[in-house]
Amino acid sequence: MSIILDHINYIYGADTPLAVKALDDICLQIPDGQFVGIIGHTGSGKSTLVQHLNGLLKATSGHIYFNGEDIYEKDYDRKKLRSKVGLVFQYPEHQLFEIDVFTDVCFGPKNLGLDKKEVELRAYDALRKVGLPDELFYQSPFDLSGGQKRRVAIAGVLAMKPEVLILDEPTAGLDPRGREEILHQIKELQMKTGMTILLVSHSMEDVAEYVNRIIVMNHGSVMYDGTPREVFSHYKELEEVGLAAPQVTYIMHELKDRGLDVDTDATTIEEAAETVLKALHRA
Amino acid sequence: MLRDITLGQYYQTDSVIHRLDPRVKLAGTLLYIISLFFFKNFIAYLIAIVFLATVIKLSHVPFRFMVKGMKAIVFLLLITVVFNLFLTPGEALVTCWKLTITKEGVEMAVTMAVRLTMLIIGSSIMTLTTTPNNLTDGMEKGLRPLKLFHVPVHEVAMMMSIALRFIPILMEETDKIMKAQIARGADFESGNLIRRARAMVPLLVPLFISAFRRANDLAMAMEARCYRGGDGRTKMKPLIYQKRDRIAYLCILLYLVVSIGVGRILL
Repeated sequence: MSIILDHINYIYGADTPLAVKALDDICLQIPDGQFVGIIGHTGSGKSTLVQHLNGLLKATSGHIYFNGEDIYEKDYDRKKLRSKVGLVFQYPEHQLFEIDVFTDVCFGPKNLGLDKKEVELRAYDALRKVGLPDELFYQSPFDLSGGQKRRVAIAGVLAMKPEVLILDEPTAGLDPRGREEILHQIKELQMKTGMTILLVSHSMEDVAEYVNRIIVMNHGSVMYDGTPREVFSHYKELEEVGLAAPQVTYIMHELKDRGLDVDTDATTIEEAAETVLKALHRA
Repeated sequence: MLRDITLGQYYQTDSVIHRLDPRVKLAGTLLYIISLFFFKNFIAYLIAIVFLATVIKLSHVPFRFMVKGMKAIVFLLLITVVFNLFLTPGEALVTCWKLTITKEGVEMAVTMAVRLTMLIIGSSIMTLTTTPNNLTDGMEKGLRPLKLFHVPVHEVAMMMSIALRFIPILMEETDKIMKAQIARGADFESGNLIRRARAMVPLLVPLFISAFRRANDLAMAMEARCYRGGDGRTKMKPLIYQKRDRIAYLCILLYLVVSIGVGRILL
């Protein structure tokens, strides 16, 4: 049970003078239950990549296997795939359309052809999971704040009970607090349900703390793939392609250069605090 | 998904036609279209086709690309042909049940089909070789004399360029929302007409909202830059006729005289 990408290539606007190679020979394997961060600069192909995973875009060449089945097979049920691989787009609040929050969240499960009771149960459950207060359930989605709208939109996808949840820049345009809250909720969701989550972002800071694997995209191909520690150890190369490692990484390297014996692999503030304290004790 | 529509799209490359003043292209297209309706015989059409082919050749736009744009009007073309074929009175050729194909009908259908095709290809050359901004600039300047009659030329041109500018943005937005709703299991393709119309609601509501939001933002941005209409506004790239534009005018004139003239003389 996993997603396997086998030599995926994708070209935008093929046969026009504006043809752009968006994905270049991507090979990846994403096992069940992993929390993956996909990082890359604007235009690095990360959004294009995730749209392949639920069959919205069809690769120019290559194969994708979901749970061992080729999704480009003729008789493969792509509609079912979309319910298994939930994709939350950038600025998902722009997709809201119903008269109230609850009805909007019902849209997804209703499309799966479930009966009314099950639909409502799932919608309720999903709204609770994203932490939206009950009193907002019957308000118009357009009256909510930006962060609340986004939760509703995420709930809209969660209500389909996907096995894999992909979030494309879920924190874009939110204030620091809203960002923290959303990321926290996603982490909690992952720990509780054990679902596979792919988090697309251009900010290392966002993902470093939460994910167990980072895939760095650059010019349509995979540049690094590994644990946050492994990836951030290339912080100099990352900088060259316009990405930055978390601030903690920089501080740790600076401290080391100045003679404090810290572990430069620390990626979160907690780890950093621990290693600094240890080093101070030793000194 | 929606990227296949080439009608009214700009094809980026460098050619003589691309570099022409938009006013020349506007006037040329207009005259060309009018000329198509003056033709009465085969030779005139032949001249028009040669003229069109030369312009296509000069424009460096692949012919394939234009034909792709034609797909959108195939249906319209078919209806025209069918109606003309069966509903033109005259000398009967074939009669089948209540339908009669007349000799005049066949002639009419063929002329109409050729005319329409040439009309569409001709005007698509204009849009394929001129950026929308250039086009509205040309229109604004070309129609300036109408200002004497209190026609708000600048405002209309501004509205047009904004509308044109918004087409790709709204297309992209439509594409995005469509994908987002498909990801939530929406189905835009199957079912009868009513079901399909209803399926559009999750697409149209967000699209309208975003269009209004963008319009609001744009109005605010324009006001913040002190926009207050066309009076006293200068252009960054003013349109000035070059030598090639004069030559182009001459060519168009020559084409008109020859094609219409030949038609008249031969008849």
